Amino acid sequence: MRNLIKISELTKYYDNVCAVDNISFEIKKGEIVGLLGPNGAGKTTTLRILTCYLEPTSGNVTFDNLNIYDHSLEIKRLVGYLPESAPIYPDMLVYDYLKFVANIRGIESKNQDNRIKELADLCEINEVMHKSVFELSKGYKQRVGLAHAMMSDPEILVLDEPTSGLDPNQIIDIRNIIKEIGKKKTVIFSTHILSEAEATCDRIVIINKGKIVADGSTEEIKEKKGGDYLINISLMNGRFDDIKRTLNNIPEIKEVVLKNNKDKIIDFSISCKAKDDVRPEIYRRIKETDCILLEFHTESRTLETIFRELTREN
Amino acid sequence: MKNFLNIYKREFKSYFVSPIAYIVISIFLIITGWFFFSTFFLFGQAELRNFFSLLPITFSFIIPAITMRLFSEEIHTGSYELLYTMPVTGLDIILGKFFSALFFIIIMLLPTLSYGIFISFLGDIDWGPVLGGYIGAILMGAAYASVGLFASSLTRNQVIAFIIGMAFCVFLTLIDKMLFFLPERLLNIFQYIGADFHFQNISKGVIDSRDIVYFFSVSFIMLFATGIVIQRKK
Repeated sequence: MRNLIKISELTKYYDNVCAVDNISFEIKKGEIVGLLGPNGAGKTTTLRILTCYLEPTSGNVTFDNLNIYDHSLEIKRLVGYLPESAPIYPDMLVYDYLKFVANIRGIESKNQDNRIKELADLCEINEVMHKSVFELSKGYKQRVGLAHAMMSDPEILVLDEPTSGLDPNQIIDIRNIIKEIGKKKTVIFSTHILSEAEATCDRIVIINKGKIVADGSTEEIKEKKGGDYLINISLMNGRFDDIKRTLNNIPEIKEVVLKNNKDKIIDFSISCKAKDDVRPEIYRRIKETDCILLEFHTESRTLETIFRELTREN
Repeated sequence: MKNFLNIYKREFKSYFVSPIAYIVISIFLIITGWFFFSTFFLFGQAELRNFFSLLPITFSFIIPAITMRLFSEEIHTGSYELLYTMPVTGLDIILGKFFSALFFIIIMLLPTLSYGIFISFLGDIDWGPVLGGYIGAILMGAAYASVGLFASSLTRNQVIAFIIGMAFCVFLTLIDKMLFFLPERLLNIFQYIGADFHFQNISKGVIDSRDIVYFFSVSFIMLFATGIVIQRKK
C-alpha cells in the first residue's frame, strides 16, 4: 500500500506552549490509524493541522503530492472531518444542515437527496432529519457529524474523539459505523478508549506531550515495549534481593520489579518475553528457596498498561 | 465563489430563524419612526432629512447588534472549525457573512420606504435626496457591517463584540462633531474620517465619488482586517 499522508517534523506552538513537538509519521492508503494520548497530548492539534484548520509552526504535511501550505483547498476536498463533540449549527434542521454541507461539498443538486438518504441510512439518523440540531442527543449529534464528514465520500476521514461522552450503546453504534467506513477509506481518529483503538485500528500512534512515544500495530507496540505478559508473585519469608538474584539469570526474564514489601510478604512482578513460557522454571527456583508461595498468576500486558507506562514515564 | 453564496444563504436564513432579527428590526423601526414623526409635523416640510440625520447614530447601535454573532458565536460553539475544514476559503466565509449582514440591513430599511410614500401624500416630496439618502444608508450600512464583522472576529463573546463594534461605529459617527477639540491641522483628516460627514453629503442627493470611495475604503479595510484576524487564529 502506498503512503497517502506524510507528516514530517511537525511542530506547533501556542505562544510559548509546545503542543506538537517535531512529530513525523506516515499513513498508508486504507489504514485505520488510532491516535492515542492523554488530555493535552497534542492529538487534536495534530488532527487540526491535518485538516488545514491550523497551520503548523514548522514542518509539513503532504497528501500524495499536495502540501497543506499551498493546496489547502484541494486537501479539504480529500478530507472529511468530524471535530470533537460535533459542533454543528444548533439553529438548523438536520436535513437543512446536510443540504448545506452537500452544497459546499459541490454535490450536484439532483444527487443531493440520494446522498443524504444514503448517509441517513448508514448513520441511522432518518428519524431526526427534520429535527433541529439543538434538540438532538449527543449520540445523534455525533451521527449527524459523521454524515457531515462523509458527505462527499472523501478518501480520508479524520475523526476527533468520535465516541467521547457517549453511553455504551452509542459507543458501540458509532464504533460499528467507523468499522464499516474503514473497509473502504483511510480513517484517522483520536480516542481515549484504548479497547476501542485496539479493536478498530490497524495501527496505533501514541502521543504524549506532543511527541510520538509509540507507533505500530498493537502487537508491535507490545513487543517493542518488552514482554507480552507479566507474572505476579507473592512470597512469604523471603528477601527480594535474594529472589531477584535467583531469577535474574533466567534468560527469558526481562525484568523483576518489586511492587510491595510488607509484613514479611513481598509482591513482585516478572516481565517475560511473549514466546517463552518460563513459569515452570520460575516455580522450580522459588521452590528451592525457603519462601512460602502465596500467589502466582500471569497477566497479559494490555494496551492500557503500556499506554499508562508510556504516558507516565514521559 | 459558489461557496460564498452558500455561506451567505445560510447566514441570511439564520437571522430569521431566531427572534433576534424581528426584535432588532422592530427596535430599529420604533426608534427611527418615533424620532422622525415626533418632529415631522412641527417642521411641516415634506422631506426625510430628519430621518436620515438620525440614521448614523441609530446604525451605530443597531448594526453591531446584527453583526455581533457572525464570528463570535461560531468561534464560541466551535462550528467555525466545521465550516473552515470544508472546502471553503477565508474570503468565502468573510464575504458570505458580510453580505448576509448587509442584505439584512437592506431588509431592515425597506419598511422605512413607507415614510417617503406617506409623506408624498401630504406634500410635494423631492425624491432626489430620498434616493441619495437610501444609497448613503446602504453604503454606511456596509461600512458599519464590516466594522461589526471585524469586532466579532476579535472575540468569542458576543457582548464584547457588540461593545467593540458599537464603540467603533459611534467614533466614526461622532468624530466630525468633535472637531473643536482638535488642532487645526488635523481638522481635515478627522472630518474625512467621520462617516456622518460623508453620509450627510450623499443624503443631500449629491453623489460625490469621494464619499463613495470613503465608504468602500472603510468596508475594504475592515474586511481585510477581519481576514488578518481570522488568519492569525490559525
